[in-house]
Amino acid sequence: MGATAETVEQVREATSQKYKYGFVTEIDEERPPKGLNEDIIRFISQKKGEPQWLLDWRLKAFRHWLTMKHPNWQKVSVPPYDFQEAYYYAAPKSDADKPQSLDEVDPKLLETYEKLGIPLKEQEALAGVAVDAVFDSVSVATTYKQKLEEHGIIFCSISEAVQEYPELVQKYLGSVVPYSDNFFATLNSAVFTDGSFVYIPKGVRCPMELSTYFRINAENTGQFERTLIVADEGSYVSYLEGCTAPQRDENQMHAAVVELVALGDAEIKYSTVQNWFPGDENGKGGIYNFVTKRGACRGDNSKISWTQVETGSAITWKYPSCILEGDNSVGEFYSIAITNNYQQADTGTKMIHVGKNTRSRIVSKGISAGHADQTYRGLVRVSPKADGARNFTQCDSLLIGQTCGAHTVPYIESRNRSANVEHEATTSKISEDQLFYCRQRGLDEENAVALVVNGFCREVLQQLPMEFAVEAQKLVGISLEGSVG
Amino acid sequence: MALLEIDNLRAEIEGQEILRGVNLTMEPGKVHAIMGPNGSGKSTLAHVLTGRDGYTVTGGEVRFDGQNILEMEPEERAAVGLFLAFQYPVEIPGVTMTTFLKEAVNSLRKARGESELDALQFTKQLRQRCKELGISDDMLRRSVNTGFSGGEKKRAEVLQMAALEPRLAVLDETDSGLDIDALKTVADGVNSLRAPQRSMLVITHYQRLLNYIVPDVVHVMVRGQIVRSGGKELAEQLEAHGYAEYAEQAAA
Repeated sequence: MGATAETVEQVREATSQKYKYGFVTEIDEERPPKGLNEDIIRFISQKKGEPQWLLDWRLKAFRHWLTMKHPNWQKVSVPPYDFQEAYYYAAPKSDADKPQSLDEVDPKLLETYEKLGIPLKEQEALAGVAVDAVFDSVSVATTYKQKLEEHGIIFCSISEAVQEYPELVQKYLGSVVPYSDNFFATLNSAVFTDGSFVYIPKGVRCPMELSTYFRINAENTGQFERTLIVADEGSYVSYLEGCTAPQRDENQMHAAVVELVALGDAEIKYSTVQNWFPGDENGKGGIYNFVTKRGACRGDNSKISWTQVETGSAITWKYPSCILEGDNSVGEFYSIAITNNYQQADTGTKMIHVGKNTRSRIVSKGISAGHADQTYRGLVRVSPKADGARNFTQCDSLLIGQTCGAHTVPYIESRNRSANVEHEATTSKISEDQLFYCRQRGLDEENAVALVVNGFCREVLQQLPMEFAVEAQKLVGISLEGSVG
Repeated sequence: MALLEIDNLRAEIEGQEILRGVNLTMEPGKVHAIMGPNGSGKSTLAHVLTGRDGYTVTGGEVRFDGQNILEMEPEERAAVGLFLAFQYPVEIPGVTMTTFLKEAVNSLRKARGESELDALQFTKQLRQRCKELGISDDMLRRSVNTGFSGGEKKRAEVLQMAALEPRLAVLDETDSGLDIDALKTVADGVNSLRAPQRSMLVITHYQRLLNYIVPDVVHVMVRGQIVRSGGKELAEQLEAHGYAEYAEQAAA
């Protein structure tokens, strides 16, 4: 098992114990009882001081959710989950509950940060250390914020956006992923606690990756995260979600929703690195990551590009998708999914061609090791009006060892004769020859595996923003530690 | 002191004995050739020396610079200075030659307790090596061996040897699959890497390679044993008379 997984497990154990005792002694009015009902939703909405329309929307979603069943078509096996046994609102932890310095943090977690080359200050933030006055994250954040404000860019938490920019939120929230969309998205609509909101005004090119700042400030967004990004006409933004470092997390079920809206000539590039706790080498524990991500290319000549590196979570289940409504709009999906030990992943994309001359490109690289099982599932749909639509799909699977699985399930629905849809798929194994060749040149076995896998993923890694790509490459190696030999 | 001492080495693969007591001693700076018919165990010797999986050593010793290397991992043997130019170089798609060699050189340096080279410095050095060997530095940007012609693959092996600066290079059938021009280019490269502290063990089926890489000592290997050793003229005799007489000798 990788040191990453081991470490996160240990940290998780340590924190959950602390957590348990903490709550026996002090019952907190900030934490309503377990379970899901209308009162809890009203409580959340009230805590956040939300307007009536948003409460109504949440309740509508909840009532719809009660009529829905947990889906079972996916090729992952999800143990039964009791939604009434979970908490749906927890106030952010106070600094007193956090480790006071890195000395109190598991050295193995720090070792992983070291391997990833994460600066000390960030390590503290990631490990949840109560940040002291020396590391003034507030002032860093403020500097960025000022720079963004100069361009009229809005970048804040979705709770803040509800207060400050209610008309924008009301206009776009649920416009790409409706409240009734699917079991988990509907649940999210009812109980989402926080997330990010981005608005890029007409003609503005966002001057920085919305990332470094975000990474430090991303803690405690909760298990039902809601993100909404709107790129107005002719604008551009590159948004980076997540982190290459293993993050501590006490919630098992994550059901986030991400909605992207690109208006005419706008472009959104959305990159994700997901490295949540994957469970131990026997498949015990780990995060369930059931996310709905969808982007709408509303205007002509708009473009949405998803890049994801999925290495964490016990179960990953997501299909970042593009609805290509505008003529000449472009959708892209670049994916690396790594599953080791007993991890499961059913992931892919949907490209829905509606406008004329719409184009989509799908490049999926799946790596499976240990007893892991993964499926690429993708839909390419060309509607009758989408004259001249084109799609290219490339799905490559790489197997390490004898006990893992890889599956490819492409759905293609073309209702337009002028459409051109291509699908290519390969399955290969890391060969003994490749490993020996690398080792003869001096690389140890784990570095040899990491090198070969990074080569396999190169096309997708190249899509990541520069400084992030370097960390992602290291992460690929760390995720596969212990997968051979 | 001898650089390499192979003492009564025996090895089998899947229960079948291939090396049946090999003895060989090499001094620093010398070039030895091992010739022999197909199936005589030449490539097996190369693989056992470099620690490839799948072979079981059943007897004997191999000392490199006085140190027994048979218990070492392949990468540890690389770190003491053992290099194998592969008969069939392996493709690694998506990994450029530059990245591959940087990883390799830095792994070796790390194992030896030396500091890693920075990327800029390393790339500069590598370009210089290409120039010295007459290899176009386009090769550095291509994926390792991927889509390379037979000649390019062998030249890439020579480039790797140059970059890794081994103390002993084992060249496993480096001439196989090469036309005469490609053979000359590769041999020129190998010759330019001859050095007083670097030994080479050239494994070949044919004498023609030895016209270009002139050995100090020639060994004849038949049925898992070295049955005769001599100067370079031994290679010429073999070219003229074949291996028939040795086959009888080994069988007897």
